[in-house]
Amino acid sequence: MADAAPASTATSSPAPVTLGDGTPALVSLRGVSKRYGDLLANDGVDLALAPGEIHALLGENGAGKSTLVKILYGVIEPTAGEILWEGRPVSIPSPVAARALGIGMVFQHFSLFEEMTVAENVAVALPDRAFDAVRTELAEVSRGWGLALEPDRAVWTLSAGERQRIEIVRCLMQKPRLIVLDEPTSVLTPQESERLFETLTRLSDAGTAILYISHKLEEVRRLCRAATILRGGKVVATLDPRASSAREIAALMVGSEVGEVRAHLSKGAGEEVLRVESLSLPPEALHGKPLVDVALSVRAGEVVGIAGVAGNGQSELFAALSGERLAPNAGDVVVAGTGAGRLGIDARRRLGAAFVPEERLGHAAAPSHGLSDNTVLSHHATSGLVKAGFVAFSEAARIARSVVAHFDVRTPSDDPAARKLSGGNLQKFVVGREILRGPTLLVVDQPTWGVDAGAARLIRQALVDLAAKGAAVLVISQDLDELFEIADRMAVISDGRLSPLRPASAWTREAIGLEMIGAHDEADAALAREPA
Amino acid sequence: MRIELIPRTDPSPVARALAPLAALVVAFLVAGLVVALMGKSPVSAFEVYILQPLGDPWSLRAMLVKATPLILIAIGLSYCFRAGLWNIGAEGQFVMGGIAGSALALATHGSDPGPWLLPAMMLAGIAGGAAWGAVPAFLKVRFGVSEILTSLFLVYVAELFLDWLARGPWRDPGGFNFPQSVVFESAARLPEIPGLDRVHVGVVFAVIAVVITAVVLGRTLFGYRLKLTGDAPRAARFAGFDARRTTLIVFLISGGLAGLAGIAEVSGQIARVIPDISPGYGFTAITVAFLGRLNPWGILAAGLVLALTFIGGENAQILLRLPFDLTVAFQGLVLLCVLTADALVSYRPRLVRQAGARA
Repeated sequence: MADAAPASTATSSPAPVTLGDGTPALVSLRGVSKRYGDLLANDGVDLALAPGEIHALLGENGAGKSTLVKILYGVIEPTAGEILWEGRPVSIPSPVAARALGIGMVFQHFSLFEEMTVAENVAVALPDRAFDAVRTELAEVSRGWGLALEPDRAVWTLSAGERQRIEIVRCLMQKPRLIVLDEPTSVLTPQESERLFETLTRLSDAGTAILYISHKLEEVRRLCRAATILRGGKVVATLDPRASSAREIAALMVGSEVGEVRAHLSKGAGEEVLRVESLSLPPEALHGKPLVDVALSVRAGEVVGIAGVAGNGQSELFAALSGERLAPNAGDVVVAGTGAGRLGIDARRRLGAAFVPEERLGHAAAPSHGLSDNTVLSHHATSGLVKAGFVAFSEAARIARSVVAHFDVRTPSDDPAARKLSGGNLQKFVVGREILRGPTLLVVDQPTWGVDAGAARLIRQALVDLAAKGAAVLVISQDLDELFEIADRMAVISDGRLSPLRPASAWTREAIGLEMIGAHDEADAALAREPA
Repeated sequence: MRIELIPRTDPSPVARALAPLAALVVAFLVAGLVVALMGKSPVSAFEVYILQPLGDPWSLRAMLVKATPLILIAIGLSYCFRAGLWNIGAEGQFVMGGIAGSALALATHGSDPGPWLLPAMMLAGIAGGAAWGAVPAFLKVRFGVSEILTSLFLVYVAELFLDWLARGPWRDPGGFNFPQSVVFESAARLPEIPGLDRVHVGVVFAVIAVVITAVVLGRTLFGYRLKLTGDAPRAARFAGFDARRTTLIVFLISGGLAGLAGIAEVSGQIARVIPDISPGYGFTAITVAFLGRLNPWGILAAGLVLALTFIGGENAQILLRLPFDLTVAFQGLVLLCVLTADALVSYRPRLVRQAGARA
C-alpha cells in the first residue's frame, strides 16, 4: 500500500485526522486515557491508521495494549479522549457498535464450541441469518481469501491454526474495514504463521486496515511498516520497525537496554539425572492429548528444551514428569537413578527434583495466599519446614523473603497475596522458590510465558546459572527464541509425540516448524540439507 | 435491568470483619418487620427473644446446653467447608451418632456395666457419625457424586431410622405406648458440671474441640492442606495433597464431631431415645459455621448467638404466641444475610440496564 507508507514516518505529534501527506485516516485515537483507580492503564494515547495499513501495537505485558484494543472494540469505555472514524467523532459503546462501524476483532483466545462444526460456530455469531446462507458464504469467503476450512468439520478435530482461521473468516464475513489481531501467532507453527502473513498482506492490499498486536519483533518487522510502542500506558514511540533494530525496539518497550543472557560454559555431559523411556499415557480429559512413546534424557549441567505449539501434550508431559499424574510403570520416569514413575510429586521432590508449572496463579501458587504460605506449598516435603505435623511459618516467611531478595521480586507489601504480584514478579517468585531449594533437577513449563522482558531475562539467566552449577534443567517452551538462547539440546513435541533430542546448534527453525506439524521425515531431510 | 457482581480489587479488611455484625443487624430488622406484619410489637419481640434470656441465669445455662451441639457440629463443618466440600448432612450424622451411642446404653441397661460405658458411648457416637459422613465422601471420590445431595438425602434416612427405633425395637414396654425408650441409667448419662445446674460436660467437649481446631487449622500442615485444597485445588495437587484423601478425612472428622454432639445431647440432655432428638441443630450449625467465619473462636461466639435464638424462640412461643417456625426462619435469614454480606465485601454490585446487556 503505497498510500500508507507515510504513516511510518509519523512522529510523536498528536494523531491527525489526516495523515502527514493528507491521506485521510480510517481511524484515529486522540488523547485516549483509561483510569482504574490510581492506575492509568492508557495515558493520552494517540494512534492513527490509514486504510490498508498494517500497524503494529507493541509493548510489554501490562503496557496497556489490551486496554487500548478493548476501548477500540467497545468493550470498555475510555475515561478521556476521542475516537474519530473517517474524521468524524464516534462513540463505541459496545462490540455491536464496533462491528456496525466496520471493526472486527480476532482474539488471542478462541471462543469456539468444541463439539460444533465450523459452520455452526460461525452461524452462532450471526444469529440474524439463515444457517444455509451462512454456510455457503463461509465456503466462499474461505476460498476467496485462501483460508482453507471445511465447513462441516467438528472444531475439536482442528489444529490451532485452523481454529484461528475460523475466527478470521467469522470476522471477515462481517466485511470489516479494520481488523484487530491480538497476538495471532502465539499458537501457530512457523508455517501456519507464514500462511497468516500472506492472508494479512492480501487483506491489506484490498484496503483493509489491520492493527497487529504482538511482542514478537521479528514478525512485526516483516509485516508492518508502522509500529506504535506503548510503555506504562503511554506512547513512547511511533516508528518504522524495518528501520530499527530488534534491540532498539526492545529497549523502547522495556525502557532500558535489555542485556543478553550469559551463556554458561558447557562442562560437557554430566551424569544422567532424568530419563524417560517409552512413556505412554492416555489422555486424562476429553480432547486432552495422549503421550505416545516419549523418550528423553537430561544430564547434570545441561539445559534441555522442548519446543512445540501450545496444546500438543506439554501439560500432559509436565504432569507425568512432576508426578501429578503417575506413569504406568516405575521405570517410565527415572529421577537420579530411582524409578519414580509410580511416585507422587512429593516423593520426586525428595529425590531432588523441583517443578514449575505453566499456570502461575492457581497451580504454582494459591492466588489468595501470602508468599510465605505459598512457600510451604512446594517446600513442606523437603526442607524441614514441618516438624511433627506443625509448620514453622516463621521459617517459611524467612525463605519467602530470601526468594524475594535473590530474584528481584517487586512486592507491594511484606508477604502480599500471590495475586497482588504482577505476572513477571510472581513468575520470578515461583521459579526462585524452586531454585533456592537447590534442586538437582528442575522441570519448567513455559518459564517466561506472558512476563515482561526484564523478568524473562532474569529467569532465563537463573535457569542457565542453575545448570552451570551442575543441575539438570528441562525447559518446555513455546518461545523458540528462548530455547535457542538457553538450551544445549532440544526436541519438539507434536501431538503427544517427542522428536529425537538434538544439540540446539543442529536444529534449524525450518526443521523445528516441520516437527511441530508432525512431518518428521521432512524435518530430517531439511536438517540433512543444512550444513551443520 | 439486572445486577452484575464486579470483583473488588482490594476488599476492605474492616468491612470483612464487620460483615457478620452487619448481617445480624439486617436479619434483626427484617425479622422485626415480619413480626410487625404478624401484628406483634417488634420491640417486645426483641426483648423476649434476646434481652430476657440474657438477663436470666437459667436461660444463660440453657443457652450453653443448646450451644454445645451447635458448636461441636459447626467446628466439624468448618473442616469440610474450608476444604471446599459441602457437607449439608450434619443433621443425619448427629442422629446416627446419637443412635450408635444409645445402642450401647440400651444394650447394657440394667447390667451395671461400670465406668467404661460413658467413654464407650462417646466413641460409638463418634464412630456412628463418622460412618454416616463417610458415605457421601466415598460416593464422591469413587463415583463423583455430588456430596451436597447425598449428604442431605442421608439426613432423612437417619431420621426415619431413628423414628423406627423409637417406635419399634427400642420402645419402652412400660412406657404407655409412647414412642420413647427407657430412661438411661445414671452410668449412661453425661454428668453435670459441678456448680452449673443442668449443664452437662458436653460443653467441655465443645471447648476442647474449639481449642484443638484452632491449633490444627492455624499451625499444622493438615490445616494448611485444607485451606489450600479449598482455595486452589490445582495448587493443592501440586503441593502433593491427594484430594480424595482430603475429602475422606474431613468428612470423617465432620461426621465424627456431629456424632459426638448427637450422643452428648441424648446422653446429657434427653436421657432416652425419642423420635426427635434435634430441633435442626445440624442445619443451624451451617449458619453458625459461616457466621463464625469458619474460624474456631468465631464459631464459639456464633454458636452462643444462635443458641440464644433457640431459647428466645421458646420464650416467644410462650409469651407472645409466636410460632417456633419463626425461629427457624430467623436462623435461615441470618445465614442469608451472612452470605450476602460476605459477597458484598468481595464484590461490588452494579445495576446494568437491559440495553447495555445485549452488548
